[in-house]
Amino acid sequence: MLENALVGSRRYYILVGVLLFIMAVGTYFYLRQLSFGLAITGMGRDVSWGFYIAQLTYLVGVAASAVMVVLPYYLHDYKAFGRITILGEFLAVAAVLMCLLFVVVDLGRPDRMLNIIKYPTLNSVLFWDMIVLNTYLLLNIVIGWVILESERNEVGPPKWIKPLIFLSIPWAPSIHTVTAFLYAGLPGRGYWLTAIMAPRFLSSAFAAGPSLLILLALLVRKYTKFDPGKEQIQSLAKIVTYAILINVFFFFCEVFTVFYSQIPDHMLHFQYLFQGLDGKARLVPWMWFAIGGMSIAAILMVFPKIRRNETTLALTCGLIILTTYIDKGLGLMTGGFVPNPLEKVVEYWPTIPELLITLGVYAIGFLVLTVLYKVAVSVKEEIKA
Amino acid sequence: MGINRREFIRLAGLSTLFGLGGRAAWELLRPGQVEAALKALPKPITAKRWAMVVDMRKLDDATAQRCIEVCHRIHNVPDFAKPVNPKDAVLPEDKVRWEVKWIWTDPFHNAFPGAHQEFTSERVHHMNFLLLCNHCDNPPCVRVCPTQATFQRADGVVMMDMHRCIGCRYCMAGCPFSARSFNWRDPRPFIKAEYPDYPTREAGMVEKCDFCAKLLAKGQMPACVVESKGALVFGDLADAKSPVREALKANFTIRRKPHLGTNPQVYYIV
Amino acid sequence: MADYKNEFGWFAERPQVEKKIYNMYAIFIGLAAFVILATSPLWLNAGRDIPPPKPSLDTPVIQKLAKKDRQCVLPTAEMRAIHMQLLIEWREQVVRTGNRVWVSPSGKKFEPSLTNTCLGCHSNKAEFCDQCHNYAAVTPNCWGCHLDKSPKKGKMAQAEVK
Repeated sequence: MLENALVGSRRYYILVGVLLFIMAVGTYFYLRQLSFGLAITGMGRDVSWGFYIAQLTYLVGVAASAVMVVLPYYLHDYKAFGRITILGEFLAVAAVLMCLLFVVVDLGRPDRMLNIIKYPTLNSVLFWDMIVLNTYLLLNIVIGWVILESERNEVGPPKWIKPLIFLSIPWAPSIHTVTAFLYAGLPGRGYWLTAIMAPRFLSSAFAAGPSLLILLALLVRKYTKFDPGKEQIQSLAKIVTYAILINVFFFFCEVFTVFYSQIPDHMLHFQYLFQGLDGKARLVPWMWFAIGGMSIAAILMVFPKIRRNETTLALTCGLIILTTYIDKGLGLMTGGFVPNPLEKVVEYWPTIPELLITLGVYAIGFLVLTVLYKVAVSVKEEIKA
Repeated sequence: MGINRREFIRLAGLSTLFGLGGRAAWELLRPGQVEAALKALPKPITAKRWAMVVDMRKLDDATAQRCIEVCHRIHNVPDFAKPVNPKDAVLPEDKVRWEVKWIWTDPFHNAFPGAHQEFTSERVHHMNFLLLCNHCDNPPCVRVCPTQATFQRADGVVMMDMHRCIGCRYCMAGCPFSARSFNWRDPRPFIKAEYPDYPTREAGMVEKCDFCAKLLAKGQMPACVVESKGALVFGDLADAKSPVREALKANFTIRRKPHLGTNPQVYYIV
Repeated sequence: MADYKNEFGWFAERPQVEKKIYNMYAIFIGLAAFVILATSPLWLNAGRDIPPPKPSLDTPVIQKLAKKDRQCVLPTAEMRAIHMQLLIEWREQVVRTGNRVWVSPSGKKFEPSLTNTCLGCHSNKAEFCDQCHNYAAVTPNCWGCHLDKSPKKGKMAQAEVK
């Protein structure tokens, strides 16, 4: 089936070429990082996790959102989603692959990467994160490929795939929950030390992931002969609506707890993000845009008229993706580290090499996504779905 | 007849497993080589639970600076303000970002955030507290390390295994006291005088105070304790007659962020 | 071409296709390029004479020892074979258990330290360690951290640790 990815339209080749170029640029800067050290990024003693881990956090949510198409179809027999489960699963593959790559580019000693397997540490959440992410990757690759292949051969899938599918359904929220637990169990970081961290992760994931899936489905419809279907996109939109409403609600829950209790340790981080502290306010406009935009997008999604018009739907989904990205990526990371445990404010901003390496990893992910989607769409076209 | 496919695969899998047990096999082949008898060093200083009491009444700024200087010198801690080659000079904001410090000073409201009040005594207001890794009894950094590169020894010292650290910096996120530093780049261009009896580190690993484990193993007190000339008291909490227990019995002490439950073992007499 | 697929969908007899190599030029050029690239170490280094390594034991500390005392922590043949495993064993012992005395099979005590013990005698890294390492194209990752000069007031690694 992979041979479908080797031939395509001119547009396809251009897309692949552009992605390969961005990958090459990213690789060059990553080699620079390997020789010079992580000092090439904007991270420092106080903000010791930055853009790379922010991408990991965001993408793990996108990856988990595959469950939002798989669950209704396999558990509740919502037949309409049968057309697009493959799109969700392949999106999950690309997203988890990017997550793992972001961990690798963030490591100070990637040559010692296998130590985490040589010396398993069951009390470390990072160890479990590695396990669940890799397993999820494997699960989705196997499930997606096998289901697609049986579709192409127009036979039912083999019996052993069903237990794997049923495993992937709780596994998806678990990759998310484990990643949230990376942050939520640290005693020294007041911004992250909240029980609502995992639920917030889930709600923003289920808003951002299906939004991305909607956009991808619209692109697939526009540029290929496979139409994911209007009903499917509308169902996804309903999922996004509820998820984004819950996400905004969770945010306001956090704000209430922090500001009504007036505990400085927790307030200071919100103050830095939304007001600035000690005259340092680099993230303030970004955060207001993120929360404001997210709230507006949530309200917009409530209206069926906006959801049913696919143009406004696409724009709102784009807004959701952007705002959840800023909130969960930049806001979560930096907010956790600023102010530092000594209540000093040291700001963080990514450097150009850091951004280019990030883009390079995104290019790898999008290339994998392009290739897999090409295969899926070609198969669907072949069987005239 | 020959073995069937199932048997072959089973055999292949089993032999691979045994092959992977290479080191164990090597041990079997050379018994005693790796098992060379390990006897404890003739005279290390041992304890059941090391702790430190910082007597801020006796510690002035000059002494604190000397303690910091000796610690950083004998452990080859880089100083980004003083490159070996002036061409390697770094920007001030990079100096802040890349700073590696095992022990340092900070005023009261930074050392004890949350305990700060608007009106404090003049003395405390101007005091620069000597801060270092607290070698907590319930260390969150050890809990989160995915490779056990940072681990807690039986005598309470929270150690760093520089050979195993993968540089994930989870421990830095986990430390509530900002006691850990990462080598964002190669430190050697910023080590003016290489101390011969201690290695440097490379880019990509986390480091912090190790309660001078090497000196303790050779029967000496930690360098900062010696340099402080009595302001820093170091000893075994489990020994009721140790200097730390005496100091704790005679004085009211505070610790940094005790409410977090990490059980820090550096106590401050203010 | 006659319909050669039977009612079950598979070939009943082999189809008659003219024998022809497709993409002949691309294949042979690619094959030639691969063979040249794969054998490049052989013909690029043809005629070069690399002398065998000559590790030198000529250091002040070793020269001061009497002939019968010129013994490493383990016999030479064993050191040649397993010095890396020994170092790893030493570092696990020192760092993870805090034990800084190692007793060799012959009963002598040593401080398990690369810089102090090994380089205490073998202070000529470039003429000793690097000789074989360069020849075998091995780059052990010790020297990024461990200093390759032992402390000036060198202890004689042979002596019993007091």
